[in-house]
Amino acid sequence: METADTVQAANAAATVPERGLWSGDQAVAAAAFDAEVALGTGYPGTPSTEILEAFAALGGRAQWAPNEKVALEVGLGAAFAGARVLVTMKHVGVNVAADPLFTAAYTGVDGALVLVSADDPGMASSQNEQDNRRYAVAAGLPMLEPASSQEAYDFTIAALELSGRWKIPVLLRMTTRVCHSRSIVRRRAAPLPPAPPPRFVRDIRGRVMIPGFARPAHRRLRQKLHEIEGWAETCPLNVRRDGDRKLGVITAGISFQHVREAAPDASVLKLGTVYPLPLDLIRAFAARFERCVVVEEGDPFFADAIRAAGIPVEAKGEMYRFGELNVDRVRRILARDESPEPPPAKAKPPELCEACPYHPVYGALQRMDCIVAGDIGCYTLGVMEPYQAMDTCVAMGASVGVGLGLRHVLPEAEARRVVSVIGDSTFMHSGLNGLVEMVYNPPATGHVLLVLDNGTTAMTGQQEHPGTGRKLDHSQAGHVSIEGMARAAGVTHVDVVDPVRDPAGFERLLRARLASNDVSVIVARRPCVLAAADIRHYEKLNADKAAAGACSACGVEDA
Amino acid sequence: MPEPTGGSRAGAAAGPGGGVVNVVFAGLGGQGVIKASDILADAVFRAGLDVKKAEIHGMSQRGGSVTSDVRFGPEVLSPMIPEGQADFLVVLAPTQVENNLHVLRKSGVLFQPDLVPEASLPNRRSLNVALLGALAHHLSIPDEIWRASIRGALPERLHDVNFKAFEMGRAAARARAAA
Repeated sequence: METADTVQAANAAATVPERGLWSGDQAVAAAAFDAEVALGTGYPGTPSTEILEAFAALGGRAQWAPNEKVALEVGLGAAFAGARVLVTMKHVGVNVAADPLFTAAYTGVDGALVLVSADDPGMASSQNEQDNRRYAVAAGLPMLEPASSQEAYDFTIAALELSGRWKIPVLLRMTTRVCHSRSIVRRRAAPLPPAPPPRFVRDIRGRVMIPGFARPAHRRLRQKLHEIEGWAETCPLNVRRDGDRKLGVITAGISFQHVREAAPDASVLKLGTVYPLPLDLIRAFAARFERCVVVEEGDPFFADAIRAAGIPVEAKGEMYRFGELNVDRVRRILARDESPEPPPAKAKPPELCEACPYHPVYGALQRMDCIVAGDIGCYTLGVMEPYQAMDTCVAMGASVGVGLGLRHVLPEAEARRVVSVIGDSTFMHSGLNGLVEMVYNPPATGHVLLVLDNGTTAMTGQQEHPGTGRKLDHSQAGHVSIEGMARAAGVTHVDVVDPVRDPAGFERLLRARLASNDVSVIVARRPCVLAAADIRHYEKLNADKAAAGACSACGVEDA
Repeated sequence: MPEPTGGSRAGAAAGPGGGVVNVVFAGLGGQGVIKASDILADAVFRAGLDVKKAEIHGMSQRGGSVTSDVRFGPEVLSPMIPEGQADFLVVLAPTQVENNLHVLRKSGVLFQPDLVPEASLPNRRSLNVALLGALAHHLSIPDEIWRASIRGALPERLHDVNFKAFEMGRAAARARAAA
């Protein structure tokens, strides 16, 4: 028989917040879901990709945008309408989104908007190790940085709260080790008050950034930042751990964990607010110690700002600007040890999968001694042995422009060897702009753009994109055709080939196009071997769903 | 559960000296390095310990070297295992032993793929779980927890072959310790 007590116990059990062993990315997703974020949008990029996937798996509304700029703009529109929004990207993605970002600081938002910048110190899977803390200063946006999965959860909620309170986009800076490490997280039930339903409130002076409206908007932004600086001085996100009276350490993010392990007795000021910095708090902390060291990964961001404020602190040696920190390196920093570090252990570099459809493509490019302006994705591995068939790789979409630039100035014999090579997802991301340039400003020798279409965003873990015709959750979506875009742009020759089924035909076609003075696009289409079975599965599910939908829609049963 | 008969042993409640137990998994992309570390991390989490796990995703998955660190104990700070501090090193590819030995402490225990010959496994792809079984010989984590973690990490059709592989690995470690 049920007693009042057992019912009460059962109810209590149901409301106990869930506890799990999650990555930082999963924790951000859980926080966004628990805080009623209405829309998550972004572009895949290591180490940020899993956030939106986890948000969707929880039941959140998540979608991939063609690139980070579009993602932020979609998020901004939703936040103008009063929604809570999460926008995710890797550090270099913020470069793509920077244009709307800087002006969104002026317009502010109505609901809440948190942009996750997932930085990659050490470049586990990136083309640079830029330190995006500098974006907070440059754009004038508050930035928080978590040090564990629990903090990734808590700080996401704090960032949404901060954004809602001051009506300003907030940056949440994560790093690879926080994004991808798993540690224990406890979720909270209803961490924020319910979000009011979205509605449009006209605010022309606040959101139309013509100079006359933008000038006062800039002043409003600085006033907000001034107020947030005051809040940061006493907010609970900045934590002091009292220990040794001789050594004080100022740190943030994952470095905090290394510091506690490397110097368990040191006093520590752990900064959760990267910007604006609580300089009074820092001044009072630093004054208590004979020696106060700033331990931070990447650029001397804190050290420079703290010293500029006239607070004497010790910065790490220049050699520690490069790569990730860890417990051993933090010990060296604290010991002022700048002797050469042991070389990293030899590791086997990544390579194209054995059955990758790009093998015949790179074989041909190598045989023809092409000058290859490359791009970002699995296919960048064509630079490795045995092909070494890539000559440049700079940024998403850069293959097209760089290839055109090479063609414009090289002597004809060399110009004819230049090929731009780009993947399908990267083409949708920002290759399209290059495509337009190719038609608008064609080199005298023409050009060849080779789109390697394996039907997925393979490198980041097989995400969908507009060219696959499936949404983030793999359900049916509108389909943007690569060859259709090329034809519509006015490219002279557009061909679609399967490089695995007919490698000789592919090579013949490439030779013919390189010999002509026209602009050409060759789409080398063959699904990624790792994704092929999944793609077939999604296609079948979607076809079944469409068939079922058609039957019920017509309302007539078969005779 | 059979008692271990020798070698280094770390309890589920605390590691050597009551501190943190450090386990490094190493191998090549696609071998299940991350999966093995997921199962261990989940098992110690279920056993009620603090645990952190760190690895690099992304480019390294394409057939390159992969390592994953699992640390557990009363309180874990950095998710990354410092040089020479691993209590256990579990290597899935023969080519990845030499380059990872530097993580292992002097008294640490190494598990190499030849401990459980792949040909003897019911499914060659279960080598990761077999070596996890070998590691389990040195940890006192209850059997039902291991089984729950394996069930949680793998699709149902693979449960039996992996339970079998796990037991083969544990038997091999037991035999090695007795020798």
